[in-house]
Amino acid sequence: MDVIIESLPQYWDGFLRTLFLAVVSGIIALVFGTLLAAARVSPIAALRGFSMAYVEVVRNTPLTIAFFFAAVVLPRLGVTFEQFEIAAIIALSAYTAAFIAEAVRSGVNSVPVGQAEAARSIGMKFGQVLSLIILPQALRTVIPPLINILIALVKNSSVAGAFYVLELFGYGKQLANDHGDAVMWVLVGVAFFYLLITVPLGYLANVVERKVAIAR
Amino acid sequence: MSSVLYDVPGPKARRVSLIGSVIGIILIAAVVAVAVMTLAQQGIFESQRWAIFSQADVWNLIANGIGATLSAAAVAAVIAFPLGLLLCLMRISDIAWIRVPTRIVLEFLRGMPVVLMMLFVLLVFATSSFIAVVAGLVLYNSAIFAEIIRAGIQSLPKGQREAGLAIGLTSFQSRLTIELPQAIRRMLPSLVAQLVVLLKDTSLGYIVAYGELLRAVQVMADFLGPQYLFPVFFVAAAIYIAINLAVSRLAIWIEKRGSKKAAGGTAHVPVAGTAPAK
Repeated sequence: MDVIIESLPQYWDGFLRTLFLAVVSGIIALVFGTLLAAARVSPIAALRGFSMAYVEVVRNTPLTIAFFFAAVVLPRLGVTFEQFEIAAIIALSAYTAAFIAEAVRSGVNSVPVGQAEAARSIGMKFGQVLSLIILPQALRTVIPPLINILIALVKNSSVAGAFYVLELFGYGKQLANDHGDAVMWVLVGVAFFYLLITVPLGYLANVVERKVAIAR
Repeated sequence: MSSVLYDVPGPKARRVSLIGSVIGIILIAAVVAVAVMTLAQQGIFESQRWAIFSQADVWNLIANGIGATLSAAAVAAVIAFPLGLLLCLMRISDIAWIRVPTRIVLEFLRGMPVVLMMLFVLLVFATSSFIAVVAGLVLYNSAIFAEIIRAGIQSLPKGQREAGLAIGLTSFQSRLTIELPQAIRRMLPSLVAQLVVLLKDTSLGYIVAYGELLRAVQVMADFLGPQYLFPVFFVAAAIYIAINLAVSRLAIWIEKRGSKKAAGGTAHVPVAGTAPAK
């Protein structure tokens, strides 16, 4: 138990870095994923094909492979990073974007057909239909699944700890090495800080889901 | 290929779309070309770097890695599914002192990174890395299986349970013989999709030094020399993606096959005026 209190500074540092990784990758992934979803329903065949291939391949790639590529293979190919955080953010956002694209696309499909037809019948172009009519409604309905994807992102950021980034899991490994006699408490502390992020987010998803359900 | 989001393209729109496609393809090709050139400058495409794949030893090591990956996934899936069923039954039990603790445990397991559970088992119980990987996967995925099956039971019409209770089954009998079989059949696509996640997560074994495919490949690159890292990594990634794609396809196939039949196994009667579901 004492180990946790003793190493609070490390935990706090790791906690902040985990949050940082999750927030930055989350924002990049939300933007990139929405663009991918838009490309997937666009009239231009090449964009559709690219989006489909990207989502299909990335969703079936283990995250560890993505991390290994960004943190180990890329540097040996001459793409070096000043900080490994950047490699982690690249891997996490590229991975998460594919899942966000799928969620947003299912949201787009859930918007009643009449909405798009009405928009088109008053003369809107595809870009306008999508950005003014469809996406605002689609994004609203997919907020709960999006929050779940972000929860997964927080948990996935733990893989960064194995690739030279000192976030919660990275500190956990380090502290477990230093305190061989109290490994259990060290890892329980790490678990606590993860739950500090994921459990409130989970409740948020539940609350939003109920709200959206009532609104319909 | 018409969509409700845009008008059926006329000659002008088709031309614009074609130009857009060509530009898009050129852009993607340019990115690929730059990547290939960068790789070529590093000498990636020299034939001797790829010549290692003509050696049987290399393929043996890769096969060992695949075997380790698949065996961890298979053992974990076989344990996690019944455990998930059990957790699900406990989660929806009528008895509060079973239901509430189970709920807390499930919440805890779902909010935890899988790799942390693996490390916990590895260090605290001082087990082999295989057991650590399997235990981490089982703990996490049984919680997910439980939630998926619970969602399936909740999606059943209320009358199923009421009818079960009305003919004198106990609550538990009704769950086991009436609701569970329907729920599992209904959630089969999600369950198989979760199997893909489980299979992908075996790669986390790399972090706890389990000799799965990625670790096998890295050990090989360390032994042969860093110049072989890219070729062996490329092959490992391709194998991983191919296996996962195959299982994903299976999930989609099951979903399509299942949607042809209603939950009771009777033929689905299409209702006039409704568009076929895509």
